[in-house]
Amino acid sequence: MSDEKKYSQWRAMFAITRASLRSITRSPSAVVFTLAFPLIFIVVFGFMGGGRFSVDVAVREGCNKANPIYMALQGIDVIRLDTAEGSDKLNADLEKGRIDASLLIKDNGVDAMPRYSVFIETTSASPERGNIFKSVLNNIFYTLNEALMTDVPAMAELKETQVSVRQYKTIDFILPGQLGFSLLSTGVFGTAFVFLSLRQTLVIKRFFATPIKRQFIVIGEALSRLIFALIGALIIILIGHFAFGFTLIYGVTTVLNMLVLSALGLIVFMGFGFVVSGIAKNENAVPPIANIITLPQFLLSGTFFPITAFPEWLQPICKVLPLTYLNDAMRKVAFEGMNLVGVSHQILVVGIWGAVIYMLAFKFFKWE
Amino acid sequence: MPQAVITVKDLVKHYTEIKAVNGISFEVFENEIFGLLGPNGAGKTTTLEIIETLREKSSGEVMVYGLNVEKDNNEIKKIIGVQLQAAGYYPALTLSELLVLFSGLYNVKVDTHEMLKLVGLEDRSKSKYKELSGGQKQRFSICTTLINKPKIVFLDEPTTGLDPQARRNLWELIKQIRAQGTTVVITTHYMDEAENLCDRVAIIEKGKIIALDTPDKLIDDLVEKGFERKKKVKDANLEDVFLSLTGQEWRDE
Repeated sequence: MSDEKKYSQWRAMFAITRASLRSITRSPSAVVFTLAFPLIFIVVFGFMGGGRFSVDVAVREGCNKANPIYMALQGIDVIRLDTAEGSDKLNADLEKGRIDASLLIKDNGVDAMPRYSVFIETTSASPERGNIFKSVLNNIFYTLNEALMTDVPAMAELKETQVSVRQYKTIDFILPGQLGFSLLSTGVFGTAFVFLSLRQTLVIKRFFATPIKRQFIVIGEALSRLIFALIGALIIILIGHFAFGFTLIYGVTTVLNMLVLSALGLIVFMGFGFVVSGIAKNENAVPPIANIITLPQFLLSGTFFPITAFPEWLQPICKVLPLTYLNDAMRKVAFEGMNLVGVSHQILVVGIWGAVIYMLAFKFFKWE
Repeated sequence: MPQAVITVKDLVKHYTEIKAVNGISFEVFENEIFGLLGPNGAGKTTTLEIIETLREKSSGEVMVYGLNVEKDNNEIKKIIGVQLQAAGYYPALTLSELLVLFSGLYNVKVDTHEMLKLVGLEDRSKSKYKELSGGQKQRFSICTTLINKPKIVFLDEPTTGLDPQARRNLWELIKQIRAQGTTVVITTHYMDEAENLCDRVAIIEKGKIIALDTPDKLIDDLVEKGFERKKKVKDANLEDVFLSLTGQEWRDE
């Protein structure tokens, strides 16, 4: 031992991180949990809403199109005019709520009063969209009528101004939620399984026979999962941005802020994983316990819909879960352009969860 | 007098209800092959794992190269190589990637090809551990213990479950390791193996050493007491027949 250099725990730890990272990238389940699931959800939701709100209006056969009303409708973003449907299918679609309204405009002749008759049908399947359609039409009539009767003094005038905001697309809501959930499942399931299986396959026992200290084994393993999950998060964000127009207000800065939040979330969720692997007696016991932790957060943390959509008695629960705060922080950073200080409240709540869960993890974690 | 590199004095290990090791003492000398023999549950593995600093003892004293197993466990780990009775490796990694991992864990740089060549696995560097045959697994396992050029190698039942050819291959490997100046401590329940390999053996029964000497001396003592085999031994046994029929070469499918 005379000419021996000092033994470096860090060098040993990085050897584990490297080996473990290689191991994870070759494990199908890790790749599926981290990347495939969230991406599938994002693709599905990304296409479902078409990315924005719209009222689908089917144009009936025989509808006059060479008139100012029709042309005005064509110019409105929210209204999607569909001229392709035959009337049988159209009626059926209307009943089922596949379309929101139908439209038929008749030209009554140059001298007729009124010049045009507009027939619409809306559906009780989506009454609010029917109402939007009606108000859009009323707006058009009002403008047109006013233009005709310039000599009549107006009783009242509607001045409509619209505040120009960034368009909040479905993807802007869905992606942070999916990212958060991906971090949750990678953190909980990944960590729970990896230490349980390292124990069971005796990989960890062989490590114990080398000079590396135990805590460095754990840090090395955890670091590899952190790196893998952050790469996954980056891929999700980039695909979301370039393929589905996910809003990143300040570009790279926003991405970096999101990655910092991801790392924080992941570290906390890994704490849950350590607890699970400490409680679970064998691999079969992991999924039920891990699901108890992940499923409620999956449903109640605003992953798919805002927590305000839940009944009031449920909302206090939503407002306790760490994923709720992570999702919230992600959305504020990505869409509203807040910095990390702006979401310090959310970070604090997630941090408190982290402190509590790591206390439990130290209590429950088993080496053998 | 040869130099003792391991000294075990009055070693005791209690588990809650059983005494696995019940006051044993022995020394292992430099560059010998020392065998711990005994039936399952006699306390061989427990004794070994205490010397390897993987398990805490209840009482007694264990020194390895003058280092105390309690205080200097990390120093001891640096100079020993440990082959566990049951050990696992990352299933998705190849043999050479696993060797890179272990070289990092020991803070040394190794030529993975040379390491694998040492145990006759140089053409399996791209294979995964689980794809190896039983004998190859044990050889790889021993390979990982040699990475830090240890002064002492511990082998816990390395030949259990192997076919006769693989066992003999492993014996050659173990003799080779010793020939390079390494001390070897081995456990086994095969007496032919102990007789073939070990310079000295300790026979353990119920947590106590009931005999400790060279295999020759132990046999002579027994014969002196008037022991006779019931059946006269022929010049060859069935294992010799098996080996002469199937060949002695390394046969790892």
